Amino acid sequence: MRVYLVDDHAVFRSGVRAELSREPDIELVGEAGDVAGAVEGIGAAHPHVVLLDVHMPGGGGVAVLRGVDRPGNGAAAGAAGGEAHPDPVFLALSVSDAAEDVIAVIRAGARGYVTKTISGSELADAVRRVAGGDAVFSPRLAGFVLDSFTGRSPLPEPALDPELDSLTPRELEVLRLLARGYTYREIGGELFISVKTVETHASNVLRKTQQSNRNALTRWASRRRLD
Amino acid sequence: MTTERPPTPIPQPAPYPAVRPLRRRQRSVLGGVAGGVADHLGVDATKVRVVFALLAVLGGAGIVAYALLWIFMRPSAQGGSTSPVERRRAMGLIVLGVAGAFASSWLLSGTAASVIVPIVVVGIGAALVWREFDADGPRSIIGMPRHPTALTWARVVAGVSLVVVGLGVVVLAQVDLASLRSSLLAVVVTLVGVGLLSVPIWLRMVRTLNEERAARIRDAEREEIASHLHDSVLQTLALIQKQPGDPQQVLRLARSQERELRQWLFGGSRTAQDSLTEALRAACGEVEDHYGVTIDPVFVGEIDAASRSSEDGARPSGQALVAAAREALVNAAKHSGAQRVDLYAEAQAPPEAATDGERMRVSVFVRDRGVGFDPDAIPADRKGVTGSIRARIARHGGATEIRSGSERGTEVRLTMPFAVPRAAGDRIGDEGAVSG
Repeated sequence: MRVYLVDDHAVFRSGVRAELSREPDIELVGEAGDVAGAVEGIGAAHPHVVLLDVHMPGGGGVAVLRGVDRPGNGAAAGAAGGEAHPDPVFLALSVSDAAEDVIAVIRAGARGYVTKTISGSELADAVRRVAGGDAVFSPRLAGFVLDSFTGRSPLPEPALDPELDSLTPRELEVLRLLARGYTYREIGGELFISVKTVETHASNVLRKTQQSNRNALTRWASRRRLD
Repeated sequence: MTTERPPTPIPQPAPYPAVRPLRRRQRSVLGGVAGGVADHLGVDATKVRVVFALLAVLGGAGIVAYALLWIFMRPSAQGGSTSPVERRRAMGLIVLGVAGAFASSWLLSGTAASVIVPIVVVGIGAALVWREFDADGPRSIIGMPRHPTALTWARVVAGVSLVVVGLGVVVLAQVDLASLRSSLLAVVVTLVGVGLLSVPIWLRMVRTLNEERAARIRDAEREEIASHLHDSVLQTLALIQKQPGDPQQVLRLARSQERELRQWLFGGSRTAQDSLTEALRAACGEVEDHYGVTIDPVFVGEIDAASRSSEDGARPSGQALVAAAREALVNAAKHSGAQRVDLYAEAQAPPEAATDGERMRVSVFVRDRGVGFDPDAIPADRKGVTGSIRARIARHGGATEIRSGSERGTEVRLTMPFAVPRAAGDRIGDEGAVSG
């Protein structure tokens, strides 16, 4: 599995390189420290997965996501088949777990979001999962999404978007367990469904977050920053 | 995340002292122009005033020069000295100059007098007003002194009326009343033209002002960040450098600093007072610091609204919930052996079977992936779970559920009903109506 690493801190890059080198099935094919280098390098190296820092000079992870030429940009859900993806998939790896950052890169098309305190094996696991077409949620990200979809917030919302309620009860349940820190396997055991089904639910949540609720999430995120 | 270098100081280009012409501000006779020019040239101020007076006789050139210098010279901070004798002499020179200008124009052309007189009147009026607005002291928005005295008002009003009268005389004397309309039109058209032509200048001025303000705000922000980093991160790093041999201590310092910085960077500026979220967050922080584990709290929903009850009975409920959650966190940190604990708190609408008056229920989940235990076989001497968690929650009408196993670790689920105030309750009630 070919992985490309984008982060503006060389020390952090070498740390991730060392951690991932222990995984036999993961090969680090390149790394970049800025937006321009990343866009160029990803185009040349054809990785399966890009580990993407969110805060970088020159636009950050969102700029990389916009800059990389991806024909399947809008149709990322097509990757749910499980085969190797022709276009790179993006996994955000950031020290920030602020709502605005998380929502921004997810909206821009990242397939997952993990924080930098994640352990090496968990990171490798997350890489494998996004490569397989799944969504990877950290508990905090699940909390943000849940918060926006349940529509309860301290300030009154002007006319709720009907699409805001478009998560199915099962998806909400999966999301809630994710926020409580459960792994996909544990959620499967808890809800008596297969891991595959859990992954599908998580993917659907992410797809809805990226597409149908773009406006609602932006509004929610900007309002969050105000108070 | 780049580090900004401090701006390099601009090198001073002038090796020799450059004396700039500055108006004397203190103890000035009229505008302090003559004194300023005298300071600049290094001559006696009276000589300068004489020159101005002589120039004034030449068709009022001195008056115009004086006015222009008044406008363009910057006021100086420290003023020269002006003795009473000098002041009297200066006054005399002013009168002489003005009278000379008046007389010379009268002599040169009789008709010009009808212009000169109003112009002199206008000039005196303008001088009066300028003097007031040029004085030191705190200013209001329009430039008037903050605390104007009666004399100030009298001068301003007199000055304004002189200007108006002077201009009025010019207009009435010079303009034929019949052609007043066309000339007014011409004036308006000219003004519009000037306005249109000067648009780029205005735009540039506004842009420059905005840029300046933005730069100032950026600077202030940078300074605030720098001082915060100095007070927190740098101090902690210094502490860590002093005791690098104690990994437990280093970890504790790093964790607490990370939490603080994270809260400062990404969190809001909410205070811990009365906020259930902040109380839970603080409990997480304390347990992290004491036991060296990592706790990631996640909050969903209007948790704080639940604890802000109109009936004050909700506050003890909230406190009990926080205390029980803290105990669960401590247990997880002490006994599970896990390095990571998850805390998840959510405010939900109550299920249909809820007791009357309950409008919201807050659930707190504390989960670890440690060794686990059998909740039904807790030794009788261990009061932690029974006393600090179960009994405490039950006293306030809540429920406790503990799920544990050797493979999956432990999860403590705490549920507490809250009666939230009417305003917030209405909205929750709407949602409840869908399910019921």
